[in-house]
Amino acid sequence: MIELTTPITEEQVRGLKVGDQVSISGVVYTGRDAVHKYLHEGGALPEGVSFEGSIIYHCGPVVVKDENGDWQVTAAGPTTSIREEPYQADIMKRFGIRGVIGKGGMGPKTLAGCAENGCVYLHGIGGAAQVLAEHITKVRNVYFKEEFGSPEAIWELEVTGFPAVVTMDSHNKSLHAEVAAASQAVLDENL
Amino acid sequence: MEQLFESVIEIVRRTSAEIPDDVQRGVLQALENEKKDTIAENAMKIIERNIALAKEKSQPICQDTGSVLFYVDCPVGFDQMAFEETARQAVTEATKRGYLRQNSVDSLTGKNDGTNLGPGAPAFHFHQHREAHVAVRLMLKGGGCENVGAQYSLPNTPLKANRDLDGCRKVILDAVQQAQGKGCGPGILGICIGGDRATGYERSKTQFLRMLDDRNDHAELDALEQDILTTANKLGIGPMGFGGNTTLLGVKICAANRVPASYFVSISYMCWAFRRHGATLGAQGEIDNWLY
Repeated sequence: MIELTTPITEEQVRGLKVGDQVSISGVVYTGRDAVHKYLHEGGALPEGVSFEGSIIYHCGPVVVKDENGDWQVTAAGPTTSIREEPYQADIMKRFGIRGVIGKGGMGPKTLAGCAENGCVYLHGIGGAAQVLAEHITKVRNVYFKEEFGSPEAIWELEVTGFPAVVTMDSHNKSLHAEVAAASQAVLDENL
Repeated sequence: MEQLFESVIEIVRRTSAEIPDDVQRGVLQALENEKKDTIAENAMKIIERNIALAKEKSQPICQDTGSVLFYVDCPVGFDQMAFEETARQAVTEATKRGYLRQNSVDSLTGKNDGTNLGPGAPAFHFHQHREAHVAVRLMLKGGGCENVGAQYSLPNTPLKANRDLDGCRKVILDAVQQAQGKGCGPGILGICIGGDRATGYERSKTQFLRMLDDRNDHAELDALEQDILTTANKLGIGPMGFGGNTTLLGVKICAANRVPASYFVSISYMCWAFRRHGATLGAQGEIDNWLY
């Protein structure tokens, strides 16, 4: 298990390779379809927010206010990442993102973006909303909640020991491409 | 209606937070079947822990609490409109209690009013039967797995799939290959051979109401189910698409009549977080018996 703490340096990212299991601590920002489209179309981050060296998490959490009026994340697994394929490479470059957490993997454009900008794709366990919520220790802030709705908002989250697997590294290797090619070969033999 | 309201909330809570036993057994088997100390085995361990934690905390197994799909068997004379009205209120209340995410969006404006109500949401499928009881089944189907569903029209030249069971086999396995890990595998397939485009998909989903370990009464469909399951698990896609031994936990296939000109194969994919429960209700709307 490799410990990753934000902010992450390019050197750390370049040292990661496909198949590495990582444990993430620090600050991550959720962002999914609405946020990616907005930023890609030239939208600005909220004042005081910087993605430099940070991680974006493809996630629409379930968040409720507790009796003290504080936000509590009660379920927070990754959402399907491929929907952000048109936008991700551009956004990682513009905002200096070093890691993308999601599920299902992403395509060639993002893989090239990872190599060019020094970024990795970190695969969370899809559906494991409770285990992953336990690794979210605090909600620091929320942005665009009114505009985009709760699941689509940017939630600024503190995480500790959040588990993920590097499935796309900054050296043009993708576990998704490898598994798809291998499974296609077996399928061809079995048709 | 007060009791019915509480019963529907309880069905929603249980469906969102507790994996049915038949699926749990499949998940444990898959964990056992993975090679030790691989990322696939570790993924299955996290999944197993997640199932236990969700139940213990009475919280959603997955944050995508999905499309809310009700299947209601009811006797002659049952007031479907009253049921629907109460169930809609119960869905909104279950959302407030955190059993469901605010998960329903106006398709044109993108607005989410937080109620989980809107045109087609939740969806109700009523079916009249000649028995006295009411049976309410609920499925919560997340978007990740819904997005990897596929409908093929046979013949399909690129896949060399003709209008026969071998053609069906080819397109079904193609759907598994295309889905890879994107639908949160290991998954379960619900399939309808035939029907029109709408009924094909609809019936493919009702296959998820079957027990995971049941067998198809129809010999040819049973053989196809077993064949697809075995072959898919040879592909090495594995949990989450990480590579591994379990790509599918189950395959359920039905057939519907078609018009001579059409031959659809409709495939729905269910993620490992297979959320469906159901209960029979008593005269006052109270829960009598759980069905899964």
